[in-house]
Amino acid sequence: MQKGDDRSVTFQSGSEKVRTVGLNAWFGTKQALKGITASFQANMVTAIIGPSGCGKSTFVRCLNRMHELTPNSRVTGDVLLDAENIYAPKVDPVLIRRRVGMVFQKPNPFPTMTIYDNVAAGLKLTGMKKGKNLDEVVERCLRQVSLWDEVKDDLKKPGTSISGGQQQRLCIARAIAMEPEVILMDEPCSALDPIATAKIEQLMVQLQEKYTVIVVTHNMQQAARVADSTAFFYLGELIEYGPTTQIFENPKEQLTEQYITGKMG
Amino acid sequence: MSSYAFRKFKNRLFFCLGIVAVVVALVPLGSIIIEVVVKGAPELSIGFLTEAPGVVGQSAGGIGPAIQGSLILIGLTSAIGIPIGILSGIYLAEFGNNIYGTLMRMFSDVLTEFPSIVVGVTIFLAFVLYVGHFSPLAGAFALSFILIPIVSRTTEESMKLVPNSIREASLALGVRRWRTTISVVLTAAKAGLITGALLAVARIAGETAPLIMTVLGNSYFFQGFNEPIDALPLRIWRDALQPYPAFIAQGWGAALVLILIVLTINVGVRIASRGRRGFR
Repeated sequence: MQKGDDRSVTFQSGSEKVRTVGLNAWFGTKQALKGITASFQANMVTAIIGPSGCGKSTFVRCLNRMHELTPNSRVTGDVLLDAENIYAPKVDPVLIRRRVGMVFQKPNPFPTMTIYDNVAAGLKLTGMKKGKNLDEVVERCLRQVSLWDEVKDDLKKPGTSISGGQQQRLCIARAIAMEPEVILMDEPCSALDPIATAKIEQLMVQLQEKYTVIVVTHNMQQAARVADSTAFFYLGELIEYGPTTQIFENPKEQLTEQYITGKMG
Repeated sequence: MSSYAFRKFKNRLFFCLGIVAVVVALVPLGSIIIEVVVKGAPELSIGFLTEAPGVVGQSAGGIGPAIQGSLILIGLTSAIGIPIGILSGIYLAEFGNNIYGTLMRMFSDVLTEFPSIVVGVTIFLAFVLYVGHFSPLAGAFALSFILIPIVSRTTEESMKLVPNSIREASLALGVRRWRTTISVVLTAAKAGLITGALLAVARIAGETAPLIMTVLGNSYFFQGFNEPIDALPLRIWRDALQPYPAFIAQGWGAALVLILIVLTINVGVRIASRGRRGFR
């Protein structure tokens, strides 16, 4: 096992959407990511698993340049989106975030906005609503997350007046209203009950038709259910990355096997 | 006495001491309010509230100019101080995690504790002497010195109460930082901002010392921005020092009016923000 090995080339074909090359990230002096090199194919769902503190969330936050919003943080290495480095000096991180959307662990709809305004918030606040029929966009996005039928008569109610699972789907609708290319999900189902979780897992599989989805999860069964490929992180390093079935049934690395079988920690 | 019985006794003892302490703390407030209401209520009438003070020694006339002056001063001070205070609070909350922010907070805290007479004298020397006359504007400047630190602090605290997850949600959508601050964070903190501003206004409504050397006081209604004007705290003070019982009685009436204004703002703010969802 060597750092810098591109573990994905051997099993993936098709177009590459995101690639990281030697990605390192720090919180102050503590290094959270060590030389991550990986490639993510377009229109696939990739799961990122690993024990707490292994750097999974930090990794995805580097993919949309959210990590640098933390004080005293630092990133080195390249992250290529469609073969262009998003960390190049002249790149505007705000534009990157419009192409790489994110859904957080705890649903965070805007509390002062209605359900309708929440979905349209990204378009309105970035000035991208020109030339778009907002009603149509809101309905389309809510339909795609299977929320339309549940809220279509309550669009003027506050975004926080619906249940947790519905709020999370609202946040996903808000993210896809921006028509991103990649959707990052940081443990999106951690705060939800099993039924809401199942609905969102169904949604993840549907979303891959149009988007590239990268999901951080500490739930290995979830990774097995939704992901085409899985990456295993441990203490800031990418230990193994391959097709989900191979990772879970026939892991190559001992650390992976220990984690999968629960012998770790 | 068993250990448990002793603990129960201690519990009851301190509970009673706590109640006694609350009563002791409330007695001064209660006695002031009762005194002012008893002495000032007989003075209240439409004429009292709208007429200028009468001839010396007579009981005619009222505190109309004082009420008008106080309203003008509150309006001017708010117009000057609230925008500055809110902008400063927004800066401190969103971008103030550095040495400049720390310095600003320090100066702001010092200003809040500043003796208000010193503020008044400063504005007298810096502004009144410079322009050559007393004026409502000078009074507004002096009161702003007191208002701005309070509004800045409460604004900052209200903005900080907005969870970071909301900011992150907005930034992750690709919304610019300034837009996030205004459209997402500020609207979420709106209730707290309004409450803070109103409480600061209630505070400056009763300030007397800054006004003594900046607006001077006046027995006539508003004469223009280059003339002294009256204000309720000034009127109370001057009436209290008069030898004529009629004027002293008017002072009590003015005190009642002032307390009613301040109480209305304070209680009104609390009632309005009771049961409100959000981050206040």
